[in-house]
Amino acid sequence: MSSAEQFVAFMTIVRKEIKRFLRIWTQTLLPSAITMSLYFVIFGTLIGSRIGEMGGFTYMQFVVPGLIMMAIVTNSYSNVVSSFFGAKFNHSVEELLVSPTPNYVILMGFVVGGVSRGLLVAIVVTLVSLFFTRLDIHSYAIVILTVLMTSTLFALAGFINAVFANSFDDISIIPTFVLTPLIYLGGVFYSMDLLPEFWANVSKLNPLVYVVNAFRYGVLGVSDVSLSFALGMIGLFTAFAFGFSMHLLNSGTRLRQ
Amino acid sequence: MIPALTIENLTKVYADGFEALKGISLTVEQGDFFALLGPNGAGKSTTIGIICSLVAKTSGRVAVFDVDIDVDFPTAKKHIGIVPQEFNFNQFEKVLDIVVNQAGFYGLPVQLAHERAEKYLRALGLWDKREVPSRTLSGGMKRRLMIARALVHEPKLLILDEPTAGVDIEMRRSMWEFLQQINAEGTTIILTTHYLEEAEALCRNIAIINHGKIVEHSSVKGLLRQLHKEVFILDCVEDLPESLAITDFTVHRVDDHTVEVEVEQGQHINQVFAALDEQGIHISSMRNKANRLEEMFVNLVEGAA
Repeated sequence: MSSAEQFVAFMTIVRKEIKRFLRIWTQTLLPSAITMSLYFVIFGTLIGSRIGEMGGFTYMQFVVPGLIMMAIVTNSYSNVVSSFFGAKFNHSVEELLVSPTPNYVILMGFVVGGVSRGLLVAIVVTLVSLFFTRLDIHSYAIVILTVLMTSTLFALAGFINAVFANSFDDISIIPTFVLTPLIYLGGVFYSMDLLPEFWANVSKLNPLVYVVNAFRYGVLGVSDVSLSFALGMIGLFTAFAFGFSMHLLNSGTRLRQ
Repeated sequence: MIPALTIENLTKVYADGFEALKGISLTVEQGDFFALLGPNGAGKSTTIGIICSLVAKTSGRVAVFDVDIDVDFPTAKKHIGIVPQEFNFNQFEKVLDIVVNQAGFYGLPVQLAHERAEKYLRALGLWDKREVPSRTLSGGMKRRLMIARALVHEPKLLILDEPTAGVDIEMRRSMWEFLQQINAEGTTIILTTHYLEEAEALCRNIAIINHGKIVEHSSVKGLLRQLHKEVFILDCVEDLPESLAITDFTVHRVDDHTVEVEVEQGQHINQVFAALDEQGIHISSMRNKANRLEEMFVNLVEGAA
């Protein structure tokens, strides 16, 4: 397949993915806007006003980057896991497998679909947050870089989940029992400085810590971990997830008999 | 001329140890209309799955238009259009989107994809349904949609796995005509079917697979010539005598006007006509008791069991 043909195949997958989540926007875009509004009201306005400052910012300003990142993580993940598992479930994934589209194009197509939904939800949630607080972006470059890297990482994670899933239960187990706890323990609502040293060190194994802190640095200019280390860790996790996803596709695990 | 498909010593052992293919070899020439027959579980779908990459082979060689799938599978895939046995499209997608997207997966630019989709959806009588979700189509329409989808990149080899299963007679006939037309235009077709009259009507060459082995690989005509015995049903004008007998033939009186006659290799049906004529009995019509290919199929499969 020539590179031009590969690009056509890639754009076909991306277009199909975007069309899919826009068609069901009440299930894909609206819930995040409503959930995050509730977070802003409860944690930012009602409880946050009693907490006072954190890291030199109002509690509302402190939690907003983490909440935006939470929306990006859950949406990029769930877009790919539900779309790819759905394709496996109804066997329409065979349309791609019998075609000459290379595996890396298939993977990138689904990942960019997930990233697109993550970005769109991020914009929606950011706009909602502006009703509650003022956001002075410290570094647009770091914000954009972190958003792209994070949504790519979790889109890949969603892909891996979809490959191994055998039922619709399997695609909700990881988000419920792994992703959500990691997000809550990833410093969205508190600074790592508040943790005892042991738990602060344990938290460093959580990729969400780097994601939330890198993004918070881009927005507020403060972070619990070094920015370069945080971006390096996100890059490392992404490279591992990409490599593993390609291995699954190339070996045909759970896709080919 | 390069064969459309070459399979050499193909084997497949599944993870549970089941040996689905035990070293099959076959060749399908360009332009052929080829039938791959066999009972359920014989290995037909496994063979097709390997050709189109949904099943990984254990050993052996597969080449499509001389392109070895182990050397350059993407190029081999470009030559193949596949119509699977089960519906394998997103039932929530629109008919047109399914065909256009498939064209995109083969690298066809958007405009060309739309032109091709229109061409094949019109040819298969689905153009009026292009904007409806595919789940609303009837079973026969869904099968035609999968044919349109398989043809959108204009493959040189079209493989159809039970394309007319569950399709009514009228639609089956129109599908036959369509397939004969694209075959006449140069597309090589491989067909698996349980309807043996379909294989006899459409196909020039045939392979019969049973228990993972090829038990017959020849022309349909050649295969039928091997039939040792055929049973004909004769409808007679006059009442048949209770003790009807024809020298050298086994006859079975079904009712007052119907008789079954076994004609073995070397015998002629004319001898039966002459014998009945001598007894003052005239024939109004005649037909085969069973499909001839079906008889051959049963002989071969039972013989190999």
